Amino acid sequence: MKLQVLLFGITRDIVGKSMLELDYRGPSDIQSFKEMLKDKYPEMSNLSHFKIAINQEFAREDSQLQEGDEIALIPPVSGG
Amino acid sequence: MTENSYIHLTDMPLEADKVTALVSNSSQGGVVVFTGNVRDRTKGKKVLRLEYQAYQPMAISEMEKIRQKVLAQWPQSQIAIHHRVGTLQIGEAAVIIAVSTPHRAQAFKACELAIDTLKEQVPIWKKEIFEDGEVWVAAHP
Repeated sequence: MKLQVLLFGITRDIVGKSMLELDYRGPSDIQSFKEMLKDKYPEMSNLSHFKIAINQEFAREDSQLQEGDEIALIPPVSGG
Repeated sequence: MTENSYIHLTDMPLEADKVTALVSNSSQGGVVVFTGNVRDRTKGKKVLRLEYQAYQPMAISEMEKIRQKVLAQWPQSQIAIHHRVGTLQIGEAAVIIAVSTPHRAQAFKACELAIDTLKEQVPIWKKEIFEDGEVWVAAHP
C-alpha cells in the first residue's frame, strides 16, 4: 500500500526530509511497520521510543494501517 | 485559530495577560497561570536558543483533549492553553496555561494536570541549540 509518512523532530533529521512516501508491502500492524522503519533507518532504534499516529490520533497496539491514512512518526515529545 | 481561542498554537510571542483574560470572570475566585520559559542552561551547558516544531493539527487536538479532561474533572473550571512554535530566545515563554475555578485549590490541581499531560502527550518537539551543537530534547535515553 502507498503511504505518506510525516516526520517530526529527530525522525525528520534521521530521514533527512519532512515526509516519506513508501510503497509498503509488509503486514499492516503497527509493530511490523515500526520494525520495517528501524531496519531501514537503524538510528531509530537508538531513540527512547517512537510512536505512530494514524489520522492525527495515537495508534493503539491493535491499530492497522490502511492505504490513504495520514501516518506520522512521533518521537519522544518535549513541548512545554 | 486566534489568540482569543482557548487553544492556540502560534509562532508569535505569547501574552500572559491575554491568556489570563480568557478565563477570568466574576464567578472565578482563583486563577492559576503557569508559564514555561526558555532556560539559559541545560545541565550546566549554555543554551543559545530553542527551536520548537509541532505536528500542528494533532498538537491542537491533543491540547483540546487536555482542556476537555480538565473541564470534565472540574466542571466549573475554565482553561486556556497557548503554545509557541518556531525559534525562541532565552527567557521567552514557550507555553502559558491559565486555569480558573471558583476556589483556588482546584485551579492549582487542574493547571498542574494540564502541564504534566501536555509534556507527555502533545506532539511538540524542542531542539536545544548550544555553542557547539544541537540536541532534540528527550529523544535518546
